[in-house]
Amino acid sequence: MVQLKINQKKYEIEADKSMPLLWALRDKVGLNGTKFGCGVAQCGACTVHVDGEAVRSCVTPISAVEGKEITTIEGLSPDLSHPLQQAWIAEDVPQCGYCQSGQIMSAAVLLKHNDQPTDEDINDVMTGNICRCGTYNRIRRAIHQAAKTVRKQKEDNS
Amino acid sequence: MTNTPKNSGFARVGIVAAAWLLIVVVTNLVMAEQKQSTSKEDISSAAFLKVYKVLQHPRCMNCHPAGHIPLQGDNSVAHNMRVKGGKDGKGIPGMKCMTCHQTQNVTGKRTPPGAPNWHLPHPDMPLVFQGKTPAELAKQLKDPKTNGNKTLEQILHHVSHDPLVLWGWKPGEGRTAPSISHKEFVKQMKIWIDNGAVVPK
Ligand code: FES
Ligand code: FES
Repeated sequence: MVQLKINQKKYEIEADKSMPLLWALRDKVGLNGTKFGCGVAQCGACTVHVDGEAVRSCVTPISAVEGKEITTIEGLSPDLSHPLQQAWIAEDVPQCGYCQSGQIMSAAVLLKHNDQPTDEDINDVMTGNICRCGTYNRIRRAIHQAAKTVRKQKEDNS
Repeated sequence: MTNTPKNSGFARVGIVAAAWLLIVVVTNLVMAEQKQSTSKEDISSAAFLKVYKVLQHPRCMNCHPAGHIPLQGDNSVAHNMRVKGGKDGKGIPGMKCMTCHQTQNVTGKRTPPGAPNWHLPHPDMPLVFQGKTPAELAKQLKDPKTNGNKTLEQILHHVSHDPLVLWGWKPGEGRTAPSISHKEFVKQMKIWIDNGAVVPK
């Protein structure tokens, strides 16, 4: 039995401790917004947050994340209000959509640390997320757009 | 009794013989001393060349690259996705080393290797192995200004116990380990240090 804290909720999971987190999320907990692309940390489709940092859930055993805060795309915001989700909708980013939850989760960590990312900053982080549909230009635009919203929110709150 | 010319001849021969003996003994002592100091240097140098071979192996060199992008594989190519070490050698937020490299190897070929605290040297003191000659690398390792502020004792401790170093000998499927064992590597490092940490010529 492994206890996991996912999107602020506690789950007790009957599984071998070596089970990849992605399997636990999708097959045991039923959170299937996180996708399986390659299974070997090469594509980024399975990206989630563990204690606020991006992690490839396909290569992360559940034993490594016991007691940590796990956030999936479903937990990024309760109502699609995260600036990235808003920008993704406004820019109409997804094509097939398969890679997009991973893209958004990586971009969310970038924006948390840097609300004024240059194209190069975006490249450095997003280079690990592959999009077979080639939506990269729209992803870049949406990240700049979301960064603007984050800056504005900070200004309004200060 | 007075010395006869015959007796004084004996005495002269005796003095010459004694002087000759003294010269031979002193020369031998000096040579032995010289031989000993030369061999100490040789021992240290030879040990470092064995250490150097390990440090140039892809398991060690790939994370001590000349640039800010780590290397990967037995052919030491630039890391996939051109990942960077970032401000602290641990990657960039969103693309940290530990985003993919967990605390243990992932089973199977072409999967990310893992060990606790996977990282590159700090960018302020990169301790480059790639492209260095034995002399350059020995100098770098000895100098606290280029070795991460470490004494030679601390260097020895690091190579003996750091899980990231130990990982080099348990690299997982599809990756070779250095040709000598970790025990032998540490032994050679100790010989190098104990014999004066000589910079090989
Ligand atoms: S499915 Fe995890 S990185 Fe591709
Ligand atoms: S939108 Fe199809 S793979 Fe990215």
